[in-house]
Amino acid sequence: MVRFENVSKTFPNRKQALYSVNFTIDDGEFVFLVGPSGAGKTTILRLIFRELIPTGGSIFVDALEVNKLKSKEVPYLRRKIGYIFQDFKILHSRTVAENIAVTLEILDKKKEEIDEKVKDILKIINLEDKKDYFPVQLSLGEIQRVAIGRAVVGDADIILADEPTGNLDPKTSWDIVKLLGNINKTGKTIIMATHNIDMVSSMKKRVLAVSGGKLVKTEKIVY
Amino acid sequence: MKTLGIWQRIRRNPYQSASAALIMALTFFVTGIFIILALFSSSILSYFESKPQVTAFFTDKKDINSIKNLEAALKATGKVTSTKFISKEEALAIYKEQNKNDPLLLEMVTAEILPASLEVQATDPKFLPDINAILKGEPEVEEVIYQKELVESLLSWTNNIRKIGIVVIGVLFFVSLLILTTIIGMKIALKKEEIDILTLVGATESYIKRPFILEGMVYGAIGTIFSWIILYGLVLYITPHLGNFLLGIPDLYIAAWGSYRIAIWPISPSFMVLLLLVEIIAAITIGILGSTIALKRYLKI
Repeated sequence: MVRFENVSKTFPNRKQALYSVNFTIDDGEFVFLVGPSGAGKTTILRLIFRELIPTGGSIFVDALEVNKLKSKEVPYLRRKIGYIFQDFKILHSRTVAENIAVTLEILDKKKEEIDEKVKDILKIINLEDKKDYFPVQLSLGEIQRVAIGRAVVGDADIILADEPTGNLDPKTSWDIVKLLGNINKTGKTIIMATHNIDMVSSMKKRVLAVSGGKLVKTEKIVY
Repeated sequence: MKTLGIWQRIRRNPYQSASAALIMALTFFVTGIFIILALFSSSILSYFESKPQVTAFFTDKKDINSIKNLEAALKATGKVTSTKFISKEEALAIYKEQNKNDPLLLEMVTAEILPASLEVQATDPKFLPDINAILKGEPEVEEVIYQKELVESLLSWTNNIRKIGIVVIGVLFFVSLLILTTIIGMKIALKKEEIDILTLVGATESYIKRPFILEGMVYGAIGTIFSWIILYGLVLYITPHLGNFLLGIPDLYIAAWGSYRIAIWPISPSFMVLLLLVEIIAAITIGILGSTIALKRYLKI
């Protein structure tokens, strides 16, 4: 569960990014966060991830009040959340398998378990045959799939995806969204920021629309 | 950062790694030399201090009866542990034994040209001047020598070695720390992106810091082992040469546990192992300190 209670954010340059935002996302939901560039989508994701601290209000991830966490507690919050970045944030000196394994190494898993889980994830993201490739040898779509693999391999309950299809062609974008849909079916909560309206319409998932730092739509769809 | 093992991390930056290990090797090579010199000179000093001895050399006119009277008079003072008369013939035998490998020195030397002598062991070094005065007052005594000057000279050497050693080792430790901090700092800067990404995927501060600290420790350990091997080689090479120079000096120990002793002269393998252990602990401490300073200075999580 992710809950925002009257969350505001003003940056040091006095630009206000969010104005008293309220919403709740239940466990297992797939939510699209939509809005034009600069609307506040990424700010919302970064607040959930505690990359930013709100200037007002409270943010909850399950029972944790994110804005009140101490610095040393932040890594443990981030282990509950998988983050897929628009710019991938992949380790270029490591292979596909090593990039995915990083999440499990941080969790101090044993080598056998790491090998097994990485193998399973490689199957899901369809990169089994490229597990020893370095990022420079992959296409952008494949790199994004590695990033997704890294986000989900640690069994995080919540996956935040910040415009994961922003740099991809339409077909690859659809493949990525379908992949996230399949991950959602395993019970994970997905919050995906995008401005691809066609994709949002086709997926028929809940939409949170942000504009000028305010939440303008929190439609909950029941299928 | 477990995927990249410590050896891989070191190998990927061979020049930086070699610089760090070499400066540690230089530091601990010099440290090892000064430790050996300081312990050795202290042991020699203790040896001479524990054997307070005066030797009087007689002219050929001195008869054996007056020497026996002199011995009795010395013992009556209560300041003498023992006396030992060395005749001209015994002096020749000692001379021959000391120079048996040099026939040139043995030629032309007979018992007649060597003086008879009396070795007097004092109960305490403070009585040496009194015994010296008694012997000098005795007729037919050609020369009296005792260890005061030798002990003073050794004391001065030992103090100087300690002082120079502390300054040189202090400077080298500081330079090592500085270089190690700079090298680890450069590695942190090179890995900034990787560190940022690891932080974002939930790595704790200790998870990120651990490999850098381990790297500092490894540089310390490698440098020390390398310098120790060279130092041990040097010790093995130089010991026989020093043996000729220090003829008559018995085995000197720096520590003993029951029958087990650690000898500084001749330098024993157990001493060298002890030196290695002490140096490795010191090197690892410098490694940890250097990495910690670098992490504090350059790592912002």
